[in-house]
Amino acid sequence: MTGMGGMAGMGGMEGMAGMGDGGPGSVATASVPPPAAVEPPTHGIGVSLPSADAAAKAQGTFPYAADLWAEGLLWAAVLRAPHPHARILSIDTSAAARMPGVRAIVTHADVPGDAAHGRGIADRPVFASDLVRHHGEPIAAVAADHPDTARLAAAAIAVEYEVLEPVTDPEQAFSAEPLHPDGNLIRHIPLRFGDPDVTGEVIVEGLYRIGRQDPAPIGAEAGLAVPRPDGGVEIYTASTDPHADRDLAAACFGLTPEHVKVVVTGVPGAMGDREDAGTQLALGLLALRTGHPVKLAATREESFLSHAHRHPTLLRYRHHADAEGKLLKVEAQILLDAGAYADSSAEALAAAVAFACGPYVVPHAFVEGWAVRTNNPPSGHVRGEGAMQVCAAYEGQMDKLAAKLGLDPAELRMRNVMATGDLLPTGQTVTCPAPVAELLRAVRDYPLPALPMDDPEDDWLLPGGPDGAGEPGAVRRGVGYGLGMVHMLGAEGADEVSTATVKVSGSVATVICAAVETGQGFSTLARQIVQEVLGIEDVYIAPVDTDQPPCGPAAHSRHTWVSGGAVERAARMVRTQLLQPLAHQFGMSTELLSIADGKITSYDGVLSTTVAEALDGKELWATAQCRPHPTEPLDDSGQGDAFVGIAFCAVRAVVDVDVELGSVRVVEMAVAQDVGRILNPAQARARIEAGITQGVGAALTENLRTNAGQVRRPNLTAYALPTALDAPDIHIVKLVEERDVVAPFGAKAISAVPVVTSPAAVAAAVRAATGRPVNRLPIRPQTAAAPE
Amino acid sequence: MTLPGSLDEAVAALAAMPTAVPVAGGTDLMAAVNSGLLRPAGLVGLGRINEIRGWQYQDGAALLGAGLTHARMGRPDFAALIPALATAARSAGPPQIRNAGTLGGNIASAQPTGDALPVLAALEASLVIAGPGGARREIPVGRLLAGLDLLRPGELIGYVRVPLLHAPQTFLKATARTGPSRAVASVAVVLDPARRSVRCAVGAVAPMPLRPFDAENWVSSLIDWDGERTLAPEALTAFGDYVGAACIPDPAPAVTLEGTEPGTLPPAVLHLRRTVATLARRALGRALA
Repeated sequence: MTGMGGMAGMGGMEGMAGMGDGGPGSVATASVPPPAAVEPPTHGIGVSLPSADAAAKAQGTFPYAADLWAEGLLWAAVLRAPHPHARILSIDTSAAARMPGVRAIVTHADVPGDAAHGRGIADRPVFASDLVRHHGEPIAAVAADHPDTARLAAAAIAVEYEVLEPVTDPEQAFSAEPLHPDGNLIRHIPLRFGDPDVTGEVIVEGLYRIGRQDPAPIGAEAGLAVPRPDGGVEIYTASTDPHADRDLAAACFGLTPEHVKVVVTGVPGAMGDREDAGTQLALGLLALRTGHPVKLAATREESFLSHAHRHPTLLRYRHHADAEGKLLKVEAQILLDAGAYADSSAEALAAAVAFACGPYVVPHAFVEGWAVRTNNPPSGHVRGEGAMQVCAAYEGQMDKLAAKLGLDPAELRMRNVMATGDLLPTGQTVTCPAPVAELLRAVRDYPLPALPMDDPEDDWLLPGGPDGAGEPGAVRRGVGYGLGMVHMLGAEGADEVSTATVKVSGSVATVICAAVETGQGFSTLARQIVQEVLGIEDVYIAPVDTDQPPCGPAAHSRHTWVSGGAVERAARMVRTQLLQPLAHQFGMSTELLSIADGKITSYDGVLSTTVAEALDGKELWATAQCRPHPTEPLDDSGQGDAFVGIAFCAVRAVVDVDVELGSVRVVEMAVAQDVGRILNPAQARARIEAGITQGVGAALTENLRTNAGQVRRPNLTAYALPTALDAPDIHIVKLVEERDVVAPFGAKAISAVPVVTSPAAVAAAVRAATGRPVNRLPIRPQTAAAPE
Repeated sequence: MTLPGSLDEAVAALAAMPTAVPVAGGTDLMAAVNSGLLRPAGLVGLGRINEIRGWQYQDGAALLGAGLTHARMGRPDFAALIPALATAARSAGPPQIRNAGTLGGNIASAQPTGDALPVLAALEASLVIAGPGGARREIPVGRLLAGLDLLRPGELIGYVRVPLLHAPQTFLKATARTGPSRAVASVAVVLDPARRSVRCAVGAVAPMPLRPFDAENWVSSLIDWDGERTLAPEALTAFGDYVGAACIPDPAPAVTLEGTEPGTLPPAVLHLRRTVATLARRALGRALA
């Protein structure tokens, strides 16, 4: 189900019955029921508008990159390194080149521009030249007239390796020989906040390990590169950050950015950076070399090997509290395994360090964070990176503290929760709404699900599934809490900006905005925003390419905020252009006119005309930008106003554990979330359900395992995603709509924080059920079984 | 691709093209073909051979067609006949797989996690192999799975002969998630009142199903076959531990894994042994309940 997380927002789930207004989650707004005669609005903000693509996606007619075709296209295959760490002694492509049907082979020697690329730091070679640094690193790419020929030719490239000892333990990375000219330490943040000499009356310590979650998008990577007559190239792919991909590709191709165009195709699920840039670069090089369109559709195995994973993390914590359970000091060491290349690890580390104490008031905090290079699979941006790993650890500490003090875990948390105005350990004041206590209260007070003995009517789905091995007598039920937080938008001084254009012509409005619809639901929100501002129901979202102004990556919950804000401003500018002449004619200001259902009406209802008449055949265009207030990098002691906004979530997990087999089934997840304002209720719920389910996967089954740096069994049989039977009942008990005044519409993004919080809640519940420490995610059966 | 209509036609088609690969449900084979791991020169489709898609009775045994799908075996009429095989079939993957995957395919692909295999091993089923020229020979399923008696070129698994025991039997499977997935360990237990024996087979922990004969004999001797056929909980637990230790033995001191105490197993393996023990205890307990 997690792999479908991206899909959930795009398609199927919007139509879920009973998920609209009036569900238990809408309690936060004291909404007055509309008079019976008034039809509820069918468009605009706050309506569960279905995605425009929903039907096409459900029926299988929606085109994804893997469906693209061009006349005379060639097929590409990438040769990937079979070793996690090796010196390349020679690459012999002659045998492969002689194979009939092979049109071109490219290696590191054929990269005309920059040999390396990367976000932030360009440290990743397009093709490995002298050293292989991770299993699956691209060595060469082949274009041939048939996909099988391309694969066979790639396999026929003779590479001589000198296999080196891989560095796979991040703790060894500090002392190991540098794996890269930049050294093994990617970033170190020594956060110091408060008085180091404070000690608490109660001290608890813990060591936590978080595994490697794969984003496992439902569709694997694919792309089509088409050469242009002017010497440039167009790349059709499901990029989530088209402009960054274009710039990176242009640099590697030795072209100006004007000669490279990235066209975004349908995105089959994205949990972070979707596409492996290495694949797009190989495609572009082959297209430029052959003068033919070149297509590649990765296998699931390649997908597992190539794209970025969640950082495996090792965390050591010491919490100090007074006898009442008030936190005094948190000491922590956080070690992120970045894999071979830096990618976005520096940002993930900032989030991990800044949120290391969780949404709690902690007067003194000392957190050392490191992100280091290893020969393990690459880590990078996956929803909630950094924040998810520390959440599992600090919530484990809170459970330990509660146990030591003999307090109820929810009560201990309640005594420490932060509110607006409190400080993060980075010294930043939380200025946005932080209704953490309200969220915790909502999940704590929500009725627990009936025990099977009290509800014999319903079939009890035991751990292990229907007809499974579960034995009711060996099943223990546990309840656990998780409180999580995640920042929105890029942090530490990133220039967060987005540009959108809105056009009105006839009865149709068009939005041109390079914010990619990844399944997060942005295009639906953009339609709703335009509907709300202009009163035009028919809104078309133009396809995205890099000829449009940049909007930045579809990550960190950005687009709801920055691109949504840009769309709103552009729509308001169009509105002014539309109403100005009328207002002048009527002798009133534009504010006194309203637009609804294609009609323009004055405040008193006396004057009225239609949008079509007001347009009088003209087209109105406006372009606007949204740039939130700037942030600053964390300084040498981890201090600084690094984040634009923060979203919070509380989850209460109820699990059943078969304590002999150690099998776990999550029965129910009760969620309360801080959303600012709900723009689309059905979509909001779908996003939360998808996020919670992805978190359940991270808690129980999802771990891409390696053996000495070698990825073991990169397939969906071994890498167990949650299925419909594993997905728990998800009850969204409260969505707190306390508007964030600096965010467009006051809305906070929704997708990431449930992913951050739900693994911690599941771990807490298993802890409660079994009495075992549960300090490792995903939870292995032997650690969920009661001691013999 | 040929689509013969009878078993003998299929054998003839294989004889005519020895490099062709027979395919029934294709749930394992076609995945390998699609991922480029296998490029068969030809395929002999077994889907149109009606004679192997059902079952018949013969001398107190059921003769199951190799083309029976898991979905068919999971239905109640079949479950009344061979309950453990029906349970195994119901747990074998999601509905799409069960609708296509066949009993014969499960045996032929002989994956350690094949759900039908421990049940067939516990039932001491035998395979009716169809050969060229209408030849038929019969081999015990255990011998085929152990590689002691392999299919010869041009041969096909035609039928599976399963004794009808008219007594409770169970199949239990431990998996890594609640939804359909491959077994971490599975245990089949069948009672054979006529022979006054309990037979047990453990799947997924070794390349083929394991039979803990000593544990079977010991527990069979404890049961009052003419009376209530019940066992004390302690006996069930001891049986489970016996099976667990038999299937996952302590390493001999010479092969102790690096980093562990001599003579002990890593925690994950110890947990697997405990899983097998728990499954065996529960399986026998449910069979005797």
